[in-house]
Amino acid sequence: MLICEDLELRYDDFSLRADVRFAAGAITALIGPSGAGKSTLLAAIAGFLPPASGRVSWAGMDITAQSPADRPVSMLFQDNNLFPHLTIAQNVGLGLRPGLRLSSSQMSQVDAVLESVGLAGMGTRKPAALSGGQQSRAALARVLLADRPLVLLDEPFAALGPNLKGEMLDLVKQRLADQGRTVMMVTHDPDDAKRIADAVAVVADGVVSDPAPTAALFDNPPSALAAYLGR
Amino acid sequence: MQKPIYLPVVAGLALCATSTLAETPVLQVLTYDSFVSDWGPGPAIENAFEAECACDLEFVGSSDGAALLARIQLEGPRTEFDVVLGLDTNLTAAARETGLFAPHGVTADLDLPIAWDDADFLPFDWGYFAFVGNADAEAAVSLRNLAVSDLKIVIQDPRSSTPGLGLLMWVKEAHPDDAAAIWEALADNIVTVTPGWSEAYGMFLDGEADAVLSYTTSPAYHLIAEEDASKVAWPFEEGHYMQVEVAGKLASTDQSELADQFMAFIVSEGFQSVIPTTNWMYPAVTPEAGLPDGFETLVTPAVSLLKSPEDAAAIRAEALEEWRNALSQ
Amino acid sequence: MAQRAITISPRWPGVLAGALVLVLTLGTLAAVALRAELTTGLGTADWAAIRFTVVQAFLSALISVVLAIPVARALARRRFWGRQAFITLLGAPFLLPVIVAVVGLIAVFGRNGILNSTMIWAGIEPISIYGFHGVILAHVFFNLPLAVRFILQGWLAIPSERFRLAASLNAPIGRVLEIPMLRAVVPSTFLVIFLICLTSFAVALTLGRGPKSTTVELAIYQALRFDFDLGRAAMLACIQFGLCAVAAVIAWRVTGVDAMGAGFDRTVTRWDKRRPFWDYLAIALAALFLLIPLAMVVLRGLPGLLIMPSSVWLAAVRSVLVAIGSATLCCTMAIALGLLGGRAVAVVGVLPLAASGLVVGTGAFLIVYPFVSPSDVALVITMLVNATLALPFVLRAIGPAIVAVHDDFGRLAVSVGLTRWRWLWVVVLPRIRRPLGFGAGLSAALSMGDLGVIALFAGKAEETLPLAMHRLMGAYRMDAAAGAAVLLLGVSLLIFWICDHWGRGDVDL
Repeated sequence: MLICEDLELRYDDFSLRADVRFAAGAITALIGPSGAGKSTLLAAIAGFLPPASGRVSWAGMDITAQSPADRPVSMLFQDNNLFPHLTIAQNVGLGLRPGLRLSSSQMSQVDAVLESVGLAGMGTRKPAALSGGQQSRAALARVLLADRPLVLLDEPFAALGPNLKGEMLDLVKQRLADQGRTVMMVTHDPDDAKRIADAVAVVADGVVSDPAPTAALFDNPPSALAAYLGR
Repeated sequence: MQKPIYLPVVAGLALCATSTLAETPVLQVLTYDSFVSDWGPGPAIENAFEAECACDLEFVGSSDGAALLARIQLEGPRTEFDVVLGLDTNLTAAARETGLFAPHGVTADLDLPIAWDDADFLPFDWGYFAFVGNADAEAAVSLRNLAVSDLKIVIQDPRSSTPGLGLLMWVKEAHPDDAAAIWEALADNIVTVTPGWSEAYGMFLDGEADAVLSYTTSPAYHLIAEEDASKVAWPFEEGHYMQVEVAGKLASTDQSELADQFMAFIVSEGFQSVIPTTNWMYPAVTPEAGLPDGFETLVTPAVSLLKSPEDAAAIRAEALEEWRNALSQ
Repeated sequence: MAQRAITISPRWPGVLAGALVLVLTLGTLAAVALRAELTTGLGTADWAAIRFTVVQAFLSALISVVLAIPVARALARRRFWGRQAFITLLGAPFLLPVIVAVVGLIAVFGRNGILNSTMIWAGIEPISIYGFHGVILAHVFFNLPLAVRFILQGWLAIPSERFRLAASLNAPIGRVLEIPMLRAVVPSTFLVIFLICLTSFAVALTLGRGPKSTTVELAIYQALRFDFDLGRAAMLACIQFGLCAVAAVIAWRVTGVDAMGAGFDRTVTRWDKRRPFWDYLAIALAALFLLIPLAMVVLRGLPGLLIMPSSVWLAAVRSVLVAIGSATLCCTMAIALGLLGGRAVAVVGVLPLAASGLVVGTGAFLIVYPFVSPSDVALVITMLVNATLALPFVLRAIGPAIVAVHDDFGRLAVSVGLTRWRWLWVVVLPRIRRPLGFGAGLSAALSMGDLGVIALFAGKAEETLPLAMHRLMGAYRMDAAAGAAVLLLGVSLLIFWICDHWGRGDVDL
């Protein structure tokens, strides 16, 4: 269980309040208008933005004061998810060990995870030599390997075409959620949420609402969501 | 000083001789750069003196003459140097004022065109400033004549170079009341003013000017070292200003006797015979064999001009101001 | 979205490097001032020197930058055979000791130079290089290459993705990409050149026809060497720092924000390559102006290579070692300061430019003298001072690259749990490899050509190549000295090329 307790985030004249619980082992989509603070909430959970007040806890442990690296969190950003000067294998290997030298058993782990995301044999290439979809797969492979229970996705697939994006979302579901990881994903596309999310939390008007089961929510959207969906 | 090739041999010998080596006294002499270079007088003089002193003579080269005094002033009485070699009479007044120098105590029969009577500083060589031009070309016959001519010259800045300061004194000594006017008339002859002697001399050799401010002895280098007789010094009717280069013993020396021995050595054959063809100046004491062949072809001025160190120091600021104003128009 | 700045880089090395720079610039000045007695104020000649210094520095910087823009633009847009070698050679004037470069300029523009000989042959009235315009000409000759390099780096730093975007939108590349880049790059380039010219001494004097062209640095030289007036020297050095501060503040005021963002390291492909004539004309003119004087230096010196005494080769080896040490130190300091970041670092980064080499040398002498014999530490001090004096250029090259790495990959690095040293090793160093190679080459070559400090400290055993060259000149051996100059030019360029080449790696510049 990820708990945001009286969490208040502020910068410049923006503020966001969150007092919510996210179920462990589920995919929760954060949906809401642009600029509402979806990415800000993820940044706070990941430890990049210290909250003005309140606490974040995971599995009963307060992680508010922990540095980003110490939190049980893997995160994919909107862009720059791979180091351009490192090979795909090196990039993915960073999920195992924050250095470049890997043991042979670690190497075979990297190879295996690359294969599982459909990038077999591409380990020696640099990111620039890969297509956008392949780059996303490589980033996902690193998250898979990192083996941290909480995965935050800040629209990493937004730049992909609908088909590719769908594939990636399915991969997230198969490889992450089905292994028991807790996934939180920012999206502005209701179809993304419908496709893989177990629950949806609406971020709007400076407040994060309690997550509700996806199907039920879209069948009977609350006013903030309805406004966003244009209904 | 490191000769790694001989190290194994020397190390063996040194082991046996450590006790005597440790007692070998070291005499440290501060001098200007070109004195210690391989083609300067330094190496030959070092050998000659070490042959008779049972000591280690160490020359340390530091830039030019003016820098020597500046360095001694920076170091003050705590300096490790025993002797300073290479000041000239434009600097000796300031050097004396520091109180860092001791009387040299040497009496020698000096071959200088002027009387020398300085208890603190001992001359080791001397020369005349002159404009050096090409033998087959038009020449000026005096400072005044040069000033009204169309001849182009390169000179050095009196604020940063010894010859530059020499010319300043030359003009002032030859034309005490007209110095400013001479400089004004010279302004259109001056191609440029360089920071040091080397730049100016190089520009002259590259054909940038008809003549360069240097020494009457400069043609001797070309004649003797390069067998090239194409360079001559222009003899000037007003006479030529002299540069007398001197050595001084530092009062703070911890090798007083050795320093005295070196001061005496300066005016001896072993030192003086090296000077003409390494420093390209006149020796302070003519060697037994006389001056080297070629020196007899040099211009010998009828009149030797030189201000006393005190006069030179007293007049410098005023002369500089005249120079600056005349050339700034 | 706004994020808190992430501090993953260790701070103490930057603080240490900053302290070292402060000691060697302001500390040495203080050491000189403390030894000084009360001094008189500034005379009219001093004011004239200050005026001349500022005016010539301003014009030199302005002309260098204005001329550099079309050349850099042409080099950024065109690919031609020998382009890389040309860019390397372009750096040569800046790396040369003043005295050598002046010889080359005089061989072309002097009374007896190629230009005037040609003009006389063609029946045109010859021109004189000597005077105010000669000073400007020489300063442009020295600094145009530097300006071209800095501005070219700005151009190449625009990610290819942005050009692609602009091309696809058919947007005016000049207005959307190039002018913002120039606004970010030009003021600091101008500042650097202005400050270099501010402390010029030998060029201004040699080509300036005398006391009219007196700079503040010459006045400092006179005060230190001839008058031994430390107070005056310290006061004049303070004035130099003051001028530097004013110039720096103005430059920062007009500097635009460089917000190009990250790209994917693709080779820059451009879609605006029409009208090649003007580009090639700019390149050709720059080549003529910069390379002919260099060629003259080489032509004159080649015969001298054979008659150089063997000690010159030994001096060359010594110079290379000092250069390597100095470059290593300089790059370490620059990286440390770059990681620290912030405005204080920017100040520390330009201080050495405003420092008078003579005052630094004298101050360093006063600082070490109570503890060791200056001759014993000549090479170490030379290394240290050269590293500090080259720091502004290196920091200027790698500072923005480090900031970009922070901005683009800082969060990713934190999120994958890179530790401080791994972050430096795995991400920062590879990402800044190109400017780092350039910086290392630059600082090594600058150190090769330096004469300032070593002259004050050196004894015979510490002779460096420029010092050996000077000693040859002082002993009438002008031909051998010309040979030493060629050796110096060759070795400096070689070191620069090796470092720069390493920096480019397999990525096209």
